This record gives sequence, structure tokens and C-alpha cells, in this order.
Amino acid sequence: MDITRFKSKGFFIPGLISLVLLILLATLPLSLGGYTVVLVTTILMYAILTVSWVLFSGPSGYMSLASAAFFGVGIYIGALLLPNTGQVLPLLVVVVLGGLASSIVALGVGALTLRLRGIYFAIFTFGLVVLILEVLNWWEHTVSHIRGRFVMVVDNETIFYVMLAIFVATMLTFFFLRRSKFGLALQSIGQNEEAAAHSGVNVTMVKVLTFALSAFFVGAAGVVWATRLTYIDPYIAFNFFLSFLPVLMAIFGGIGQIYGPVVGAAIFAYLQETLQTEFPEVYMLTFGIVLVVVILYLPNGIVGLIPKLWRRISGGQHANT
Amino acid sequence: MPILEGEKVTKYFGGLAAVSKVDFNVDQGEVVGLIGPNGAGKTTLFNLISGAFVPKPGVIRFKGENITGSKPHQICRLGLSRTFQEVKIFANMPVMQNVLLGSLFGTPTGMASANAAKEAAELLDFVGLSAVGKTPAGGLTLANQKRVEVARALATKAELLLLDELMAGLNPTETAEAMELVTRIRGRGVTIFMIEHVMKAIMGVCDRIMVLHHGEKIADGTPKEIATSKTVIEVYLGE
Ligand SMILES: Nc1ncnc2c1ncn2[C@@H]1O[C@H](COP(=O)(O)OP(=O)(O)OP(=O)(O)O)[C@@H](O)[C@H]1O
Ligand SMILES: [Mg+2]
Repeated sequence: MDITRFKSKGFFIPGLISLVLLILLATLPLSLGGYTVVLVTTILMYAILTVSWVLFSGPSGYMSLASAAFFGVGIYIGALLLPNTGQVLPLLVVVVLGGLASSIVALGVGALTLRLRGIYFAIFTFGLVVLILEVLNWWEHTVSHIRGRFVMVVDNETIFYVMLAIFVATMLTFFFLRRSKFGLALQSIGQNEEAAAHSGVNVTMVKVLTFALSAFFVGAAGVVWATRLTYIDPYIAFNFFLSFLPVLMAIFGGIGQIYGPVVGAAIFAYLQETLQTEFPEVYMLTFGIVLVVVILYLPNGIVGLIPKLWRRISGGQHANT
Repeated sequence: MPILEGEKVTKYFGGLAAVSKVDFNVDQGEVVGLIGPNGAGKTTLFNLISGAFVPKPGVIRFKGENITGSKPHQICRLGLSRTFQEVKIFANMPVMQNVLLGSLFGTPTGMASANAAKEAAELLDFVGLSAVGKTPAGGLTLANQKRVEVARALATKAELLLLDELMAGLNPTETAEAMELVTRIRGRGVTIFMIEHVMKAIMGVCDRIMVLHHGEKIADGTPKEIATSKTVIEVYLGE
């Protein structure tokens, strides 16, 4: 009898490594400061988006393109409640509110659209981004007459620490969800939804709740990101590109392992920050080529390379992956 | 006492009445067979009973409770579970977890993880798959995948089990083993309603047989009555 997923076997070493990494990250502003802190904040933001995407779409097989919508809702909540004219509520409270707002949007959309399968679901979620953008645009033009909004300035270190906290919360949720009864139900839905339903899984509830949960972290990150952007309008807040990036980064990093999406997001964000400033033209091209190569030759993503390399180094003793 | 009753159960697909005004009942402890030519509406009737489709019109009662319109997971938790004609397993998940899912989610009150695991292990043993508990279910033979489905369905503490062509696609040895499994399931006190094309199997294990033809019930009786019924021989056995 084996139920490895429900046992705490093998938690220790990965847990220890994570803790060391976390402490290193947390002391980053003290040791390096400045530009590095800004860069790592960007990496954390992409990692949150990617891990949140994998949290739902990975096991369930429902490809969501709603990331930009959830992120944008967070950004807008940030801009509304943390204007440069003086914040309405404390930053952390707004972060939670931004997360909740995105979750509520996800609950509504999920209840309506999670009966759609495959490409229809993907298209519908993307439509959500367009819809919210257009409605906001109309509102800002004809009702509020505000072209753009200035957001309260927050120092880089604070932004970094709040982003780090959201990232840790996302990772912990991802980790424990995968091992939970709920995670098993989500996985069974991805494998055969009908069989799951006939085995007692309330498939609608599991799907909608996980979708809302994943939206929470994206919305929370959006609030923090608003303070980094300092000026937003509907187009800045609802950036279509951010619906596709998490998918690409997840495929790039590999979704079989828990750290795959994080590695994918980190490499991508680093490339973006360095290449985009120095060689803006080649940046997307390079990324596109790398992605195609990964999809064609590395079905388990970049992190899928690790066991392969390890096997080569250790002479084929660790054949199981 | 009937554990399952249906009244005028009907289902249209567009203009086609796949199941038409079928009255049926299954008694507690019985093994009832459901036969009929291809496209007769047998699987559709199971889909109606298990909540995949809602009869319109018609009423279905399980243990006296009206389950018409209930969701599949709700019906499952009441103690009515099923297997599928085209096997539907969680192919990339280990066999053990396929079964565990049933005991974790399909039981009336839900189970603590430890009990659920114990239950799942017991059922793997019951269907003879203990040795492959860790193998991804997709890697098993068809006969064994069907056993995974049976174990998963039983793990939900089923009182009534719907088996949709458990023996289709199996070789003679596997068919004999499947018949033996049906007898042992019955021995656990589980009522069985089974669709089967293999005549020898259905005649051998069933107390009673219902015959569907073009969505309508045309006969209902003991294996002997069915085997000698003129109508049945005309539309089905005589083909
Ligand atoms: N989801 C569906 N949509 C449309 N028509 C359907 C659907 N399911 C079944 N049918 C039709 O309903 C009729 C009954 O099909 P059903 O699968 O219930 O037959 P069956 O008795 O199980 O046949 P078999 O012995 O081949 O499994 C067939 O004509 C079939 O084409
Ligand atoms: Mg059928």
C-alpha cells in the first residue's frame, strides 16, 4: 500500500533548500540593493503569475488565458485605493482586497464558463480580459473622465518584501494543494472529468474554487505592481501579453516539477530585463526561438533537463524521473 | 423492496427517442441484466440513472428517494455508482489513487484519508490488483482497467452498481474471471444492474433480464423466460 502523495516523506531536504533560498532572498536588499532588488521583484511577479496559472490549469487541463484580467483587476484596485493623493487603506489591506476582487471575478467567470472545454474555455477567458478592458475604457472616458491614474510611490524594498510574501504564499498553497485531497480531485478532473464526477467529485465546485484561489495571488501581485508602475491606465493595467506569458513560462520551465514554473519565470524575467534594455529587437525573437526549441526537444521543460543531466553524471543509476 | 425504480423514463436526442417511456425496477440484492441490440438505448439508460442525463419526462427513485435531476456526484454519494462501456480511468494516476478517489469523495459522508487508503487497498486486493497499485492505470490491460473501474466504483460504498459491458473486449479467460468477479461483488451484498452482450455471461449470473429495443422495454423476466420469448428471439437473439 502506497500513498506517497499523502505522506510527508521526502519533505525535509527540499524544505531545507527552500528555506535557505528564502533567507537568501529575504536578505537580498541588505546585501545587494538597488537594481538587483528591482530585478528580483520582477522575477517574483512573473513567478507568481506562472505558478498561479499552473496551480489551476496544470492539473485540471483547462487552459486559462485570464491572467491579465486578474492582474489588471489587482492593479486597478491598487490604483483606486492607493492613489498618489494619499492612500485610502494600508498597503497590505489593499493587497488582500485586490486578491479578493480577482477571486470574485474568477468565481463569477468560472461558474459561467468552466463547463466549456478545451479551446472554448481558453477563448472565453481571454475574452474576459478584452471585456473588462473595454468596459473600463468606456467608464474612464465617459463617466469618470480620468485618462490615467497616479499611484502612491512605495520604496523598492517594501515592494520587494510584499511581493516576496505573496510569492511564498503562492508556493506554499501550490505545494500543499498538490498533496491534498482537493489536489487529487483536481488532477482527476484533468484526466477524466466524467469519471471524476461519477466517483463523487463535485467537479464544478473543485474547478471554480481552484480557479478563484489561483486568481487571488495574481490580483494581490497586481496591487503591488501598481505601486511599482506609479501611473496606470486601462491599457497598462490590462496587458494582453500577460495572459500568454504565464503559459509560455510554465511550458518553458516545465510543469511536472513544483520548481519548474519558478525556474521558467526566473529565466524569462531575467532575459527580459537584460535583453529588453540592451537589444529590444532581438528579445522577443530570442525568447520565441528558445521556446520553440524547448517545446520540440524538452517536453518536460528546462527543469526536465536536470534528471537527464543527473543521470548522465551518475552513470544511469537514477533512471526514474 | 426495489432499490431502484424508474417510471416512464424517456430521453430524446434531437428527434430520436434513445430511451422511451421505460418503467423498470431493481430489487435489493438482485443481479439484473440489461440486453438489447446495438443502439437500443442501454448506455443511455445508465447515463440517466447515474445523473449524466436528466430524463424528460420520467422519474427515477433510488432507495425510495427521488433522484431525478440530481448531479452525478450526489447520486454517487447516495450509494449508486457505475463503470463505463468505454473505460474511463485516470490514466496517468497510479491504480491505487484511482481507487482512492472513490473512497475519498464518493462515500456518503466522506472518509478520513487513512480510512480511505485502507478501504482502497482492500478493494485493490478484492479485484486482484494489489501487485500493480503503483502502476499508472493507463498501463494496464483492458481487463485490468475494467477492474480498476470496478474497484473505484465499489470504493464509494456502492449499494447498487451499474456495470456497462464489463466483459466486452475481453478474451474467454478474462470473461470467465469477470463473471466470477460479478458473483463475488454480489457476495458483498451489492445489488447489480449490468449491461452485457455476452449471452453466456448474462444468462449465467443474472436473476432477471430486461430487454431494450429501439429505446423501449420489450421484455422483462427470468433468463429462461427471456431465452424462450418469441419477441426477444425475433428482435435480438435471432439476429
Ligand atoms: N450523447 C449522445 N448524443 C446523441 N445521440 C446519442 C448520444 N448517446 C447515444 N445516442 C444515440 O442514442 C441511441 C442509443 O445509444 P446507446 O449508446 O444508449 O445504445 P446502447 O444500447 O448502449 O448500444 P451499444 O450496445 O452499442 O452500446 C443511439 O442511436 C445513439 O446513437
Ligand atoms: Mg452501450
